[in-house]
Amino acid sequence: MSRITVKVGLASCGVAAGAMEVYHVLEQYQKHGADLNLVQTACIGMCFEEPIVELSGMDLGTISLGKVEAGQIIDFVESYQNGRIPSGNIILADKQEGKHNELLAGQYRIVLRNCGVIDPKSIADYEAHFGYTALRKALTMKPESIVEEVKSSGLRGRGGAGFSTGLKWSLAAKAKGSKKYVVCNADEGDPGAFMDRSTLEGDPHNVIEGMIIGAYAMGADEGYIYCRAEYPMAIHHLKTAIEAAEAKGYLGKNILGSGFNFDLHIKEGAGAFVCGEETALMQSIEGKRGMPTIRPPYPAASGLWGCPTNINNVETWANITWIINKGAAEFRKIGTEKSPGTKVFALAGKIAGSGLIEVPMGIPLRDIIYKVGGGMKTDKPFKAVQMGGPSGGCIPASMLDTIVDYDSINATGAIMGSGGMVVMDSGTCMVDVARFFLNFTQNESCGKCTFCRIGTRRMLEILTRITEGKGALEDIQHLEELATNIINGSLCGLGQTAPNPVLTTLRYFRDEYLAHIEAKHCPAGVCTSLLHYEIIADKCIGCTACSRKCPVTCISGAVKQVHMIDQNLCIKCGACYKACKFEAIRKG
Amino acid sequence: MEQDFSMLDAIISKYRNRSGILIPLLQDVQHTLGYLSKEAMRYVSVQMGIPAADIYGVATFYSMFKLKPQGKHIIRVCKGTACHVSDADGIKEALRSELGLQGDEDTTSDMMFTLMEVACLGCCSLAPVIMVDDTTYGKLNPESIKAILERYGEEA
Ligand SMILES: Cc1cc2nc3c(=O)[nH]c(=O)nc-3n(C[C@H](O)[C@H](O)[C@H](O)COP(=O)(O)O)c2cc1C
Ligand code: SF4
Ligand code: SF4
Ligand code: FES
Ligand code: FES
Repeated sequence: MSRITVKVGLASCGVAAGAMEVYHVLEQYQKHGADLNLVQTACIGMCFEEPIVELSGMDLGTISLGKVEAGQIIDFVESYQNGRIPSGNIILADKQEGKHNELLAGQYRIVLRNCGVIDPKSIADYEAHFGYTALRKALTMKPESIVEEVKSSGLRGRGGAGFSTGLKWSLAAKAKGSKKYVVCNADEGDPGAFMDRSTLEGDPHNVIEGMIIGAYAMGADEGYIYCRAEYPMAIHHLKTAIEAAEAKGYLGKNILGSGFNFDLHIKEGAGAFVCGEETALMQSIEGKRGMPTIRPPYPAASGLWGCPTNINNVETWANITWIINKGAAEFRKIGTEKSPGTKVFALAGKIAGSGLIEVPMGIPLRDIIYKVGGGMKTDKPFKAVQMGGPSGGCIPASMLDTIVDYDSINATGAIMGSGGMVVMDSGTCMVDVARFFLNFTQNESCGKCTFCRIGTRRMLEILTRITEGKGALEDIQHLEELATNIINGSLCGLGQTAPNPVLTTLRYFRDEYLAHIEAKHCPAGVCTSLLHYEIIADKCIGCTACSRKCPVTCISGAVKQVHMIDQNLCIKCGACYKACKFEAIRKG
Repeated sequence: MEQDFSMLDAIISKYRNRSGILIPLLQDVQHTLGYLSKEAMRYVSVQMGIPAADIYGVATFYSMFKLKPQGKHIIRVCKGTACHVSDADGIKEALRSELGLQGDEDTTSDMMFTLMEVACLGCCSLAPVIMVDDTTYGKLNPESIKAILERYGEEA
């Protein structure tokens, strides 16, 4: 029997789905003499199929199994070892039928090329996949040529705004000062996004190597990775990686004998969304309240402790090694003229294939949802995709042919954002979504600017009123006026973009607002106060299941008699609706 | 009735005379005491020579810092976008009723559990998600809550 390799995905969602139990069983199996090469990896991207195990080393080719249970795994391994196709849920395979083979077809992996492939805790594994070759090459180049290469690659910042990375680097490189810093923004505050988490968990060295190259190009000798504390595994993998890189001479003094010094530290965020904004982030690294400051001065002129500083997002840094190794021209062959390269998206919500994808820029949204994302999760139809989180907006079905690049997405009123895509179906209420985001920004406003602090609260109050059926037609106009004032009167991006979720839903789903205001009806059946529960006399068999569950005992009716809800007392909790086994309760 | 905070001295000497350390310092203090009491913050202020106003300012700005005693187990309910559209509210209600929390209480009277909301746990593909201490649970529905809490010795 030949020696096979068994690879288990142990990123945080894998672990949450039970992958650790599967791994433990395999460890025991190995201890009891099974001849196999047991390997850990991180996010494979198909998070919806976790726990995921990949088998390789036999003529059958590589086979990945999804939703693997601890009790099944030995069986699968033994069949595979004996040359039989395991009778499990085969999601990917190179020589066999794999249920999701086609989901990978539309993808192109630069940033995620090693994620789910290598063991993120092993520097040797990273090195075996061209790790630190870009750094070796960069150290033979002049710093200016590296900045030039990044500039001509056309790479744009992946943290949201899409500013030219090369241009930013050239400003920091030219800035005067003997002490300079580079910073990696891993605050990933956008709720509903996990690209940076998966990248850091899955391939921390690639981000670190990108930062070392950037530091060399810009003349920085110290760097920080600012990572949110809610990502313990990412922080752990980063720490392990930094120690290993130091031990190998990739970090520290006189890197690879070049005379270049660079130290890298990790700072844990303390839970404030606004700290993702670059000036607030630097305040926070300095140990202060993370309040944004007026720009200029830009970080490139005066950043951390007043020194020239360059901040990039995780994914931006993660593109650097590829660009250095393969060259700017190669990079420009992918994506569009103005947005070269790829973009990583975290697909979540009502989509079948929720997980992590990397696609070439220029791909239509429709292909992301229906090809790469596998379509909708249930038979409820697609309604909108939210991009850009609290700064972004909802793109409706009629605009699904929009292509993914910074300028096309901006034209819809949403933004590219950092890569969170939350897919919504007909069961999602768009007014409720707008209210959700305003509640978020209202909570997270740092309070410095009056319009951001008070204006978002006023918008939230109006939206809440509308979802409670107490809205008036003038409210729509008030929302639009407030939006303009907040956009103009706020200092940082948080305030300047906070109204976007309201503006885009007003633009594309105005009829839903009107239904809430005029007909006091929530078309999606989400807004509790507007719901109405009613017992359908023809279907009610008088089983009393509903009346026993009602917390305010407002359902009357004797056994085997048609029941009735007292609408004046009903608190619309929905308990009766869930309790009824005969579909005799109508919700509307 | 001066409280004894000498257990903080090791932490304080680790950070003394260093810049940009207030956040990790307070994190360590919170880790030792479970929360940041006014008295503890005052002690740190005097020992470190940092104005008390700066310390309160940082402690109240970041949601990680807790100014009240916390339960033995911390339950974080994700209220991120993906979880919101997957009925995170239902999960929160189920938790509150299972824990018997009333009004705006967030800690159970036996100090076993503290419930808090977080913006996103980064496991959106498993929405709705909660995290109890360091363990994440996904693909939940309101009915699955009871069994999870039972693992933590809740007498419900
Ligand atoms: C309120 C707010 C939150 C932000 N959060 C993040 C974040 O979590 N991650 C990030 O990379 N950039 C975030 N940004 C953008 C940063 O300010 C900055 O533009 C980015 O880190 C620059 O990196 P890039 O050029 O590589 O995109 C945020 C901006 C604002 C206004
Ligand atoms: S816009 Fe809002 S978050 Fe930004 S500085 Fe002003 S108050 Fe603070
Ligand atoms: S919705 Fe709730 S309160 Fe209303 S009748 Fe049903 S169980 Fe009772
Ligand atoms: S495949 Fe598990 S985290 Fe993505
Ligand atoms: S939205 Fe809940 S884990 Fe991300």
